[in-house]
This record gives sequence, structure tokens and C-alpha cells, in this order.
Amino acid sequence: MATFLNLLIVGLATGAIYALIALGYTMVYGIIELINFAHGDIFTLGTFVTIAILSMLGVTAANPPSTMSWVLVSELALACIGSFLFCAVLGVLIERVAYRPLRNAPRLAPLISAIGVSLVLQDVGKLWFGNTNVSFVSLPIGSVQMGPVNVDVINIFVLVVAIILMAGLQLLVTRTRIGRAMRAVAQDRDAAALMGVNVNLIIGVTFFIGAGLAGAAAFIYSLKFPNTYFYLGFEQGLIAFTAAVLGGIGNLVGAMFGGLIIGLIYSLVTLIPATVLPHGGNAWNKAVIFAILILILVFRPSGLFGQNTPEKV
Amino acid sequence: MLRLVDVNTYYGPSHVLQNISLEVEKGEIVCLLGANAAGKTTTMKTIFGLARASSGTINFNDQQIERKLTGDIVKSGLALVPEARRIFQRMTVRENLEMGAYTRANKQEIAADMNYVCEIFPRLRERLKQIAGTMSGGEQQMLAMGRAMMSRPKMICMDEPSMGLSPKLVETVFDTILRIRDEGMTIFLVEQNASMALNLADRGYVLQTGKIVLSDTAKNLLTNDLVRQAYLGS
Repeated sequence: MATFLNLLIVGLATGAIYALIALGYTMVYGIIELINFAHGDIFTLGTFVTIAILSMLGVTAANPPSTMSWVLVSELALACIGSFLFCAVLGVLIERVAYRPLRNAPRLAPLISAIGVSLVLQDVGKLWFGNTNVSFVSLPIGSVQMGPVNVDVINIFVLVVAIILMAGLQLLVTRTRIGRAMRAVAQDRDAAALMGVNVNLIIGVTFFIGAGLAGAAAFIYSLKFPNTYFYLGFEQGLIAFTAAVLGGIGNLVGAMFGGLIIGLIYSLVTLIPATVLPHGGNAWNKAVIFAILILILVFRPSGLFGQNTPEKV
Repeated sequence: MLRLVDVNTYYGPSHVLQNISLEVEKGEIVCLLGANAAGKTTTMKTIFGLARASSGTINFNDQQIERKLTGDIVKSGLALVPEARRIFQRMTVRENLEMGAYTRANKQEIAADMNYVCEIFPRLRERLKQIAGTMSGGEQQMLAMGRAMMSRPKMICMDEPSMGLSPKLVETVFDTILRIRDEGMTIFLVEQNASMALNLADRGYVLQTGKIVLSDTAKNLLTNDLVRQAYLGS
């Protein structure tokens, strides 16, 4: 029972990271109907930027901090904001250079362009940190006893940060003028232009926020997991993309719940014993996730949250 | 107030608008008649920069607008009620009206105008919180008109406001057009419902396969043989 509860919490924390990445896929799809294949690689570069910023501040994996202090917390906050901004600006640049010129081209053209950008970003990452695993800083925070379960504090921290970011996004999209403009462009681009909305600017803002969330996700990923490498975002991105499709691509709330559900499945699959599946569930979690992707695409392509919910961006 | 001179527009290789010239004076209701595919909607799209004129000039309020961004054209005081309404289906009625006032900042003025729009269309006031896409076609048309008025335009263009509506609703829409004209609005109307449009308008133009073939007062057009045969069915 304790194992199960622990996997539940780990699954929720992992799922929250997937949800943050999935939001970027779903926002971009909602507004220009493009699957941004470079999104996962933006996430990878976010993990590298997090490491770079922390090492500039003297916090490195080789020399990890021994106690938590307010200085360390502010250094972490700086890394989070830095990763957010770096990825956000990168997202805007990619849209400007690789997608906007192809906006009226056949749909296959921007898709191929996106795959191209993905490969370029992977090579940039390889050039920067090499073809090897790069360790994150491990933080000196332990675990707390919650009833029968011994919970790593980091999982709670990950969940809290992710929930704050998602709530902020939801407020932005539903309550502000710019959020209303984003929804308007997603629903009918020409009609939005007729209201005086600068459509290019709003598409840029969407990329800024979507890619920025991947940057924030990269930061919290660096706290929870041991290491990164240049190919990390490609895999994690595909899993997050599955989450976006599960929730209904284009739907924000769908991406949030899709991420959490995928995280839970990923985590709970490890309970399957080796007597049922060869080598146990741990060896199968990616296979299960992508089997789910295929099942959704075949049986319910509009996802769990359908298309008629009002919060599409 | 609005003047098109020798405007040409292409969709790929097809020459949709051929040397279109027309004019709308302040305070007028002017209608543009034409069959399907004559180029009526393209005329509207070209005025608003949603399709680009390859040559010719478009003047609004003494400003050249044919190279401007759609948003800037709207800010200069021109509003469009687009064909098929194009309301934001998954937003509430209130949010749709707020989108109409997107270019404006003064909250009190916006609230006052929303009140004014709700006075003209009482149905909208009852439904401010409803998701717009769940309303009937007539209600959606009223919302599209109210949304255009929320930018406080000097002139409104309407693309087939009667399309898909019952005769009774068409009458309501046309009564509203007269009412807002009487309150000082200039209106450019594209219509297939020629008899209703001509009874309402001061002047009219007839568009045939991309060319203006007739231009006269609405009164004269109503008795013109070509118009009677082609558009009034008698």
C-alpha cells in the first residue's frame, strides 16, 4: 500500500512536468494547427540552461550545496526564470524564422520545417554539452513521513510549482485582454484581425508562453531527475505530446489533466510484476504510453476533453 | 467617406475583382448587389486587407488604406460584419462584445456602448453569459452586428446580413440597419436579397463576374430591367 501511494505521488509529480510540456504543444496547435516537433528540444536546452546558470552561480553537480538556505532558494529561482525566458525567446525566434514564412504553405511544409528545427536544436545541445549524460545538482532536501508513506519533499515542490504555473496560465487565458485575444485568434484568425487584434503578435505571445512553460518544466525536471542529455527532450516531448492528444489537442485543461494521467500511468505501470510481463512493468512504461497514443488516435481522436470545451487556445 | 478606385484583386491566377470603383458618402446606405461568385465578399475582404489589391487605391476618411494591416484599418474607424457572421463560437456573448471593443481602452465608454448595443438588441442582454455558438442564427447575426458596433466605428460594412435567416428576422435586421443609420452611421451593404436591400439603400452598385456593370440610385435600380430580371425575379 505504501509503495502504491508513493508511486501515486511520484506519478503526479512526473505528470505535472509532462503537463507543463504538453501545454506548449497544445497552445501552438490550437493557434496555428502545427505540431511543434521542436518543442521537446526546447525543453532539452532548458535543462542545459538551468545547469549553466546554476554553475555560473557556483552551484554544480560536483560541488552540491550541503544545506538549504535563502541564498540557494534565490539562486534556484533565478535558474527557473532564466530557463523560462531563454526557452520563451527561443520559441518566438523559431516561430519567426521557421514557421511564419510558411504559414500559408501546404500543411506538410511547416511540419517538415519543425522536424528540421528539432534536429538543429539537438545538434546545438550536443555541441554545447557533448554526447553524454550531464548530471543535475542534487538538492539537500530529504523526505517527510506522511501517514504510511515516506514522501520525497522534491515531489511536493514540483507539484506546487507546476500547479502555480498552470493556474497562472488559466487566469491569463480566461481573465485578461491578451488571453481573450489568444482565444479569439485560435477560434477564427480573420475575425480576430477584424477586431483589431495584431494576429502575428498574439501568435508570438503564444509561442513565448508555451516555450517558456517548457523552460520552467526543464527547471523542475532538473530538481527531480538525476541527469539530462541532448536527446532527452525528444523522448520526453513525445510522451508530453501523447498527454496533449489524450486531453484533446488544442485544449488547455485537457493538456493539464492529460499530463497528470500519463504521469500516473507511467509510474503505476512499474507495479506490474515480472511474472506478468518479461522484465517487469518498468521495462514497458514507454510502450504502454505509446500504445495509449495509438488507441486514442484510433478510437477517440478528439481526446478526453473533446473539442467543444470553451478554453481552446 | 470610402472610395475604391480601379481596384484589382487576384486569387492565385483568377482575376476576381476587375477595376472596381465605388464610393460611399457619409450618412449613406449603399448596397452592392450580385450573384454568387460575382466578387462581393472579395470586395469586402479587399477593403479590410484580408485579401490584397494588386492595384488600385482604397481611401477611407482621407487615408490610403490598401496597404494597411487589418487591425489598423479597423482602428481608423471601419468595422465589418463578416459573411456567415464569424462570431467567436466558444466565447460568451459578453466576451464577443468585449472583443469588438478590443482596440479601445476607456472602460466606462466600453460599458456605455455595451449598454447601447444591448438596448438595440435586447436578446443579447438576456444572453450575455451564454456561449455564443449555442444561440440561434438570428441571435448570432445580432451579436455579429453588435460586436461590429462595439469598436465605435464611423462606418460599418455588412456582408450578407440576411443570409440564412427567416423573413421575419431579415426584417428585424434591416430595421436595425435603418435605426443605426438614423443615429448617424454610414453603411455599406453587400446583399443577395436585392429587393430588401434596394428598399433600404440610398444608392446601389451591381457587380457581375468581377466588374461593376451598373451604378444608380436605389429607386432607379428597382425599376431597371437588368436588375429586375437578374435579381428581383420578375
